[in-house]
Parts: sequence; structure tokens; C-alpha cells
Amino acid sequence: MTAGTRTDQSIALPPEWRAARRRLAWSSAAALAFLLASWITLDLQLAVFLSADSASAMRHFVAEFYPPDLSPNFLRKVVSAAWETLAMSALGTLLAAVFGLLLALPAARLHAGDPARAQAPTRLLLNALRSVPELVWAALLLISAGLGPFAGTMALCLHTTGVLGRLFAEAIENAPQGPARALRAQGVGEGRILLYATLPQVTPQLLSYTLYRWENNIRAASVLGVVGAGGLGQMLAFHLGLFHMPRTATLLLAMLAQVALVDAMSWLSRRWLTR
Amino acid sequence: MLNVAPLSCHPGPDPRLRDPAWSSRLALMLALPVLLWPLLVATEFRPWLLWQPESLRLSGRFLSDFWPPAHGADFLLLVAQESWRTVAMATVGVFLGLLLAAPLALLASSSLSVSALSGRMASGPMWLRHAVRLLLAVLRSVPELVWALVFVRVVGLGPTAGVLAIALSYAGMLGKVYAEILESSDRHASATLLRNGCGRLQAFCYGLLPTSAAELTSYTVYRWECAIRSSVVLGFVGAGGLGQLLDGSMKMFNGAEVATMLLVFMALVALADRVSAALRRWLG
Repeated sequence: MTAGTRTDQSIALPPEWRAARRRLAWSSAAALAFLLASWITLDLQLAVFLSADSASAMRHFVAEFYPPDLSPNFLRKVVSAAWETLAMSALGTLLAAVFGLLLALPAARLHAGDPARAQAPTRLLLNALRSVPELVWAALLLISAGLGPFAGTMALCLHTTGVLGRLFAEAIENAPQGPARALRAQGVGEGRILLYATLPQVTPQLLSYTLYRWENNIRAASVLGVVGAGGLGQMLAFHLGLFHMPRTATLLLAMLAQVALVDAMSWLSRRWLTR
Repeated sequence: MLNVAPLSCHPGPDPRLRDPAWSSRLALMLALPVLLWPLLVATEFRPWLLWQPESLRLSGRFLSDFWPPAHGADFLLLVAQESWRTVAMATVGVFLGLLLAAPLALLASSSLSVSALSGRMASGPMWLRHAVRLLLAVLRSVPELVWALVFVRVVGLGPTAGVLAIALSYAGMLGKVYAEILESSDRHASATLLRNGCGRLQAFCYGLLPTSAAELTSYTVYRWECAIRSSVVLGFVGAGGLGQLLDGSMKMFNGAEVATMLLVFMALVALADRVSAALRRWLG
């Protein structure tokens, strides 16, 4: 046996590999402990979920979805709800792009000598806007804006303003400084430097961020309705709550179709833009 | 003699200052309201409603409750407990999603195909891969919240519905990205192993996994961070955790409790962000 004649020395790992292996073992153990603690404290009813009883209940539940309600009257309502979803996402994103740009300017250090005093508070505001999800914003706005798509639009707008503001600020900071420096050396004011040097360079990037967020927001808009903020989600929550399963099935299909359509459009436009 | 009018007769600004793109700018300015109008109608965009005395009074009262945030010991304990449940739901959900995603990703990725080693993939395996990809696409295109709504009907209110919802939609996302990572990593080692008669699982463990493990782990950690955000949202349909508590307080117009929970939630998201960034940097 050739393997038996080797000494332990020849198969020992180099010290840095041993350290890496020890680190890996410790981190896996920590992750596993975290997972176990989570699992134990949650008192999950997975056993109930996987039992034969629940399986048959599930089968009944799924069977009720068929056939979907395709009556023209209901379909017309679904189409108008889908349009509402689309309009919410489009308007919310558009407003967010405007507000995001307005907040990105104080949040960015425009040039090396810029004191950027408003930077820290603006970034804090953007972070706060961003870390509250759309759905929570929608639930909060329902109090002052009432049920309906307006609350959803504003919720999308607030969250997206936080996201876009930060991305825009980074884009503006990373823009090439040459043209701005040339204008500043000529004594041109900051406003005109922004309009003629910085913005023209970053516009394509800002536009692509906005389109990307729009794509996300179409998905988000369809579920915002669950708390009562309009669109497909509101109809879904309503009919699911009343156990109108065929109508729920139609709405789920409509949501899937919308997501598929958005994916296809985004893929096509990306291919068209990068061609 | 032709009487040609000299250029300088033409009144108006210096031609060098004329905007060459004025026609398209004007068209855009005119088209914008026409395009925006249907959107404004469809979203019932009436911001002045916010300034009506009735709604001003309601939101004013709600917002004035925000300060000071609720800080009773009992309430803080409850919030801490529910925050832990939120994190736990995200962790268990991502773990179950991972269990589901790993085999699906191995099936969906073309880098372990034996028939693809010699040119085109055979048609049977190719259809199987397309079917698995379609399954992953369906799993991730139904939003988590809709999965949760459905599971709340089946397993009742509580964290089980949330965990299952996260597990299914994250299985779709993780499976797709895992398959893509496996396909974009260096296939030289795994292809060599496969050519020399290794099993596919062996080729995966010894050829593909070592080169892509860091990227796979880093993406999983990132998704865990996203799952914490979404598990709060899932509480709004009754899946337990911080979201359910927040929903209850909002319905009671209890501004102080809402303020505390929003602050806790922001801190939680920031913490998850830091932890996940640190872990990912550490993994390299």
C-alpha cells in the first residue's frame, strides 16, 4: 500500500488552510445553532402540515381553484385592476425619480471642496424611507389617504424615493469630474454645472435605475392591495377572504401573466438597448 | 438682380444660441400631460385629499402619538420576542427554501450534463431542465405575500404559513441563481471528472462546489437579509412576527406603539444589512 507508507507530515495542510478550515467549521456550527434555535422557538406545525389530513385539505383547497372564473364581466374587472396596478407603479416610480433626484443632490458630495453639510441628514432620511417596506408605508398611508390606489401610489413613491435617492447620489458622485472642473474653473455657478456637466453624463444611468425600479414596483404594486391599497392585490384579498376560489384563481393567473409580461418586456428592452 | 434677403434681416436671437433640439423638447412637453393623464385618473391621484380638515385631524392625532414611542417594559419585551420570531421565520424559511432549491438547481443547471460534454444536450434531459426551470419561475413569480395568504387558509394563522411562504418563493429565487452560478463558474474540473467516469454528484462536490462555494454562500446570506425584510411584511396577512403586531397597533391607531416598532424594524434591517455585509466580506 503506497498510501500507508506516507507519514502524517506529507498530508498535513498548510497552516493558512488549516485556519480557513477551522473558521469554516466554526461558522457552520454557529449558523447551525442559530437555525436550531430559530426552529425550536417557532413551534412550527410542519408535522401537521405534512400529515395526511392536511394533505387532503390542501387537495380540496387546490381543487376548488379549478375552473377559473372567465366570465367576461369579471375579466373586465380584472383587466381594469391590472391597469390600476400598472398605473400605480408607473406614477409611483415617476414621482420617486423626481423626489429621488431632488434628495440625491444634497446627499451627494458634488466635488472635492463641497462641504456637503446636508449629506448626513439627507442620507438618514433616505435610509429611513428605504428601510420601511412599501406594504408598511401603504398601511400607514391608509390612515390619511383612505382605501384605494392613491395610498398605494404614495407608498411606492416613498419607498422608491429612498432607493433611487441613494442610487442617484452614488451615480452623481461617481460621474467623471473633468467637465464639471472645467466649468468651475471658468467661474460657472453650481446650478449650471449640474445642468450642463454632471446630469448629461449620468442621465442614462439614472434612467436605467428608474426603469429597473419600475420593473420591481410592478410586482410590488400587485400585492400592495392586500392591505387595501388598490390594484390586483385588493381584489385578490377580497375574493380569497370570501372563499371565491374560481375568481381567486383568475386573479392569480392574471398576476402570473403580468409578471411574465414584465419579465419578457424587460428582457427584450435590455437586449434592444445593449445591442 | 435677385433680391436675396440677407441673413441678418431675420429677427430673433443669435442662431448659435438656438436650441437644435427644440422640436423634440416641445413635443415631449406636450406629450407628457397626455401620457400622465390616464395614470392620474387610474390611481385616483388626489393629493389635496390629504389636506382636508378631516384627514388632517386623523393623521395629525396619529402622528402626534408617535412621540414619545411606547417604552413600557412589557411592551418592549413583546417587541423583542416578536422581532426574534421575525428573524427566526426568515432563517427557517431560507433554510427550507435552500433544501428545496439545491436539488432543483442541480437538475436545472446544464453544467453537470453528461450528454452536453459532446456537443448538444440530449433532448430528454433538455426538456427535464426546461421543466425544472419553469417550476422555479412559477415558484418565484407568485409573490411571497400571496403564498402566505394561501397558506394562512391551509395551516391557519401563525409563523408556519410565513415560513412556508418564504420557503417556496425563496426556493424559486435561490434555485435559479444557484443554477446560474454553477453554469458561469469554471467547468474545467467538473468536465474532466465527468469525462473520466465520475458520477455527477461527485463531479459537483469535487469539481464545481469548491470554485463556486463562496459565491453560493454569499448569495444565500444576501437572500437571508432580504427574507428578514419580507417576513415583517408577511405578518400583515397574519403570519406572525413583528408585522402582525405592527398591523394590530396600526388598526388601533396607537401611534406610540407604531413608532417603537418602526424604529425597531429599521434597526433590525440595518443590523441584518451590517451582519450580511460583514459575512459576505469575510467569505471573500
